[in-house]
Parts: sequence; structure tokens; C-alpha cells
Amino acid sequence: MYPFKYHRPTSLEEAASLYNGSDDPVYLSGGMTLIPTMKQRLAAPADVIDLSGIESLTGISVKGDKLTIGAFTTHAAVMASADVRKHIPVLAYLAAQIGDAQVRNRGTIGGSVANSDPSADYPAAIVSLGTTIHCQNRSIDGTEFFKDLFETALEPGEIITSIEFSMPTRAAYRKFPNPASRYAVVGVLVADFGGSIRVGVTGAGPCACRASGMEKVLNDNLKPAAIDAVEVPDAGFNSDLHASAEYRAHLVKVMAKRAVAAMLEG
Amino acid sequence: MKVSLTVNGSKHKVDVPSNTLLVDILRDHLGLTGTHVGCDTSQCGACTVHLNGSSVKSCTILAGQAEGVHVTTIEGIGSVTDLHPMQAAFRDRHALQCGFCTPGMIMSAIDLVNTSKGLDNRAVREGLEGNICRCTGYHNIVAAVLQAAEVMQGSSDE
Ligand SMILES: Cc1cc2nc3c(=O)[nH]c(=O)nc-3n(C[C@H](O)[C@H](O)[C@H](O)COP(=O)(O)OP(=O)(O)OC[C@H]3O[C@@H](n4cnc5c(N)ncnc54)[C@H](O)[C@@H]3O)c2cc1C
Ligand code: FES
Ligand code: FES
Repeated sequence: MYPFKYHRPTSLEEAASLYNGSDDPVYLSGGMTLIPTMKQRLAAPADVIDLSGIESLTGISVKGDKLTIGAFTTHAAVMASADVRKHIPVLAYLAAQIGDAQVRNRGTIGGSVANSDPSADYPAAIVSLGTTIHCQNRSIDGTEFFKDLFETALEPGEIITSIEFSMPTRAAYRKFPNPASRYAVVGVLVADFGGSIRVGVTGAGPCACRASGMEKVLNDNLKPAAIDAVEVPDAGFNSDLHASAEYRAHLVKVMAKRAVAAMLEG
Repeated sequence: MKVSLTVNGSKHKVDVPSNTLLVDILRDHLGLTGTHVGCDTSQCGACTVHLNGSSVKSCTILAGQAEGVHVTTIEGIGSVTDLHPMQAAFRDRHALQCGFCTPGMIMSAIDLVNTSKGLDNRAVREGLEGNICRCTGYHNIVAAVLQAAEVMQGSSDE
């Protein structure tokens, strides 16, 4: 790892001004992605700005029909939260599927979402659960947040402060995990908002997206078998040593069927 | 940069370059070589310690992130004459061969037992997902963790 300057600001303003004052800055959250990247020298920032000292970034709260999770909240905290388990149990389930215990004790929701790894789990929930990504100065609709491989709607220097979720009537997430890392080769989240179905897919393409064709079919006939009729073209899907694009397209349907079945079982 | 942290109950102050990892502070600066580095890529769990009570991979924590934290390493949980129940169970069940993964396995397993109820074979295997052993085939490790869980949970205040 190349040398860098380490900073631990205590406010969003201080973090942003450190960012703007550096030639090559990077924010650090749980570090479970950034530190391995720096060790491999794929990133060599001059200034590392640790967000852990900013208290307002941590915590989970419920207001009306929305649940809000601070960006610095760990996967382990989401998994264990009584509010998440009560109002959006699928999110606690999803968080529990991420990596391993040590990674869940450090990795944060803000870091995962900001990173837009094509195989990360949370993005499937961000596109399907009626979310708003809050930053210092603006808010971004969750369906418009992921742009491409490791690319999001965030501008340089913008910090995700919290993520606001709508509460589905019922929902389920199923993934085909990479047996070594547990990252999603493909993951599908199916959510029912009072009869309106939303489907979020991660792992298949360069970034998470909604599967509108599948939503249409499921809105007419909410059964696993209904998915047989959906065409999932593999054009643009990821192809790597873990799975070919064709296999990923197949997995999208299998995971979607499993998610629908799990949701209906309740 | 100067970092103050508490390790196994003792306060320490170290002066290290900012790109130093917690595991290097423990091994190279404090001489606590029980914590191992297996992969240095966040995969194997040999470097697992407890940070403020939770298991973490100390090869993936920067010096600056260790400011003010409480760390427990394998050296801090028992002694040769008074083994921690998890250490005793690993010995009883022959849960190690070369022993390289063992400190990390034990630290992860203690956190797992502390934070779970009703552990069974499957839950232990899932709970130790972040720790890799290239020798044992895991069978005896799982048996040891289940044995220790009985001792640890039986003697807790619950
Ligand atoms: C062994 C292993 C297995 C894993 N398995 C999985 C898995 O199965 N599923 C999965 O989804 N993930 C997995 N991960 C990734 C893990 O969930 C990471 O924690 C997560 O992707 C990044 O979160 P972080 O808090 O560690 O962020 P960091 O590594 O600190 O940061 C990641 C990136 O996001 C930026 N960033 C961080 N916070 C903010 C913010 N608030 N605002 C703006 N930008 C920000 C940083 O600048 C950096 O570029 C795994 C990681 C490891 C090491
Ligand atoms: S040395 Fe830290 S996870 Fe392998
Ligand atoms: S005992 Fe040798 S690696 Fe586990």
C-alpha cells in the first residue's frame, strides 16, 4: 500500500472541505473494499478521509412508513436491528447474506451502495424497495442511482448520508452466492407493495437494475411458474470466470422464481 | 502518526506510518505474534481479533481506524495454565493440525458463540465462513466450537 495522509473529520462540512482541498482524495467507510483495493495498488489516494468520526452517519430510524439507515451503519447492525426485522425483514435477511461475520462487522451500507460493485447485494434492494439516497445537499431516487460498473450518480466529493426505504407489504431476496466470497453471482429481490410488484436484480449486468418485463408478468400472475414465460436476454450481462452471460441470464429466472416462492410462503 | 489503543487490557501508544495495518501494530510493534497473516487480502481470517468486542480482520484495518479502540487478541483470552473454554475444546477435539488458522478460528468462534443461540453444525459452518483452514477439513473445528458453546453458554448469566 502506498503512503497517504489519514484524516478523521467529525462533521460533513469538514469532510467535504478536506476532500476539496486534496489532489487525490478518497472517503473511507468500513474499508472492506477500499483497503484491499489500496493494498493491490489499484487505488493510491493521497488523502484518506475516514467517515467514522461523523456521528450523524450512524443509526436506524423509523418515521411514518419510511425506514432510514445511516450510511455508516454496518451490515451486522442492519441484520440485528429490531426495526429492520419488524418493518423490512428482507433487508435484515439480505444483510446477513453478505460475505462473512468479520466483513459484516466492518462493512457499511453507504460504502456498499457508493461502490456499485456489480455483484454486491444491497443494490438489488436499492432499486426495488422505493428508496431515496440522501447526500449532503441533495437526494437521489434509488432507481436512478446506479449508472454502470462501479459508477453511480454521485458527484466527486458527495457523501451518502443515509438511505431511506419504503416498507413493502412482503418481499424476499434470493442469491446464488459465489462459494468463495459470497458475492452474488446473481441476486434477485422481489417486493410486493400492496399488489404492485417490483423486481431488483444484481450480479447479472454492469450494475443493479429493475426487471420491468418480469414485473409486468408477475403483476398479472404472481406465481413462480409465471416467470417461465419471461425472456431474459443475456446481451450486456457480465461474463467472467464465475459465470458466463448465458448462465447468469438463466440464474436470473431461477433466483426470481425462488424469491417469488419464498415471498408467497411468507 | 500516533495511535493510542488498548490491547488485552493494556494501554499502548505507537508511532507508525499511516499505511500501517492493525495486524502490523500487533505483531511488529507490540510483539503479539499469535495473530497471523495468512492471505493479506481479507479472505482467510487468520488475522481475526476482537475490536470493541466484535470479530474483525486486522489485516483490513488501518492504523488511524484503531485510534481509541479496545482490541483482544489470542494472547488475551486465556493462559497456558488456564485455557479459555474455546481453546480447551480445540485441544480436546483435535481441531488443529498445523495451527496456522487456529488463533483466527478461535477469535471468530468466541464471537460467534457470544452472539448466537441454539448453534448447530450448519450455523457454526456459516458462522465461520470468514475463516479458512487448509488442513483439518473443518469437521473437528465444528465439533470443538459446539463443545465450547455448551460450556460458555451454560456458564453465562442467562
Ligand atoms: C471477503 C469479502 C467478502 C465480501 N462479500 C460480499 C458479499 O457477499 N456481498 C456484498 O454485497 N459485499 C461483499 N463484500 C463487500 C462488503 O460488503 C463491503 O463492506 C462493501 O462493499 C463496501 O463497504 P465499506 O463500508 O467497507 O466501504 P469502503 O471500502 O470504505 O468504501 C468503498 C467505496 O465507497 C466510497 N464510500 C464509502 N462510504 C461512502 C459514503 N458514505 N459516501 C460516498 N462514498 C462512500 C469509498 O470512497 C470507496 O470508494 C465483501 C468484502 C470482503 C472483503
Ligand atoms: S490475513 Fe487477514 S484475512 Fe487473511
Ligand atoms: S490447522 Fe492448518 S490451516 Fe487450519
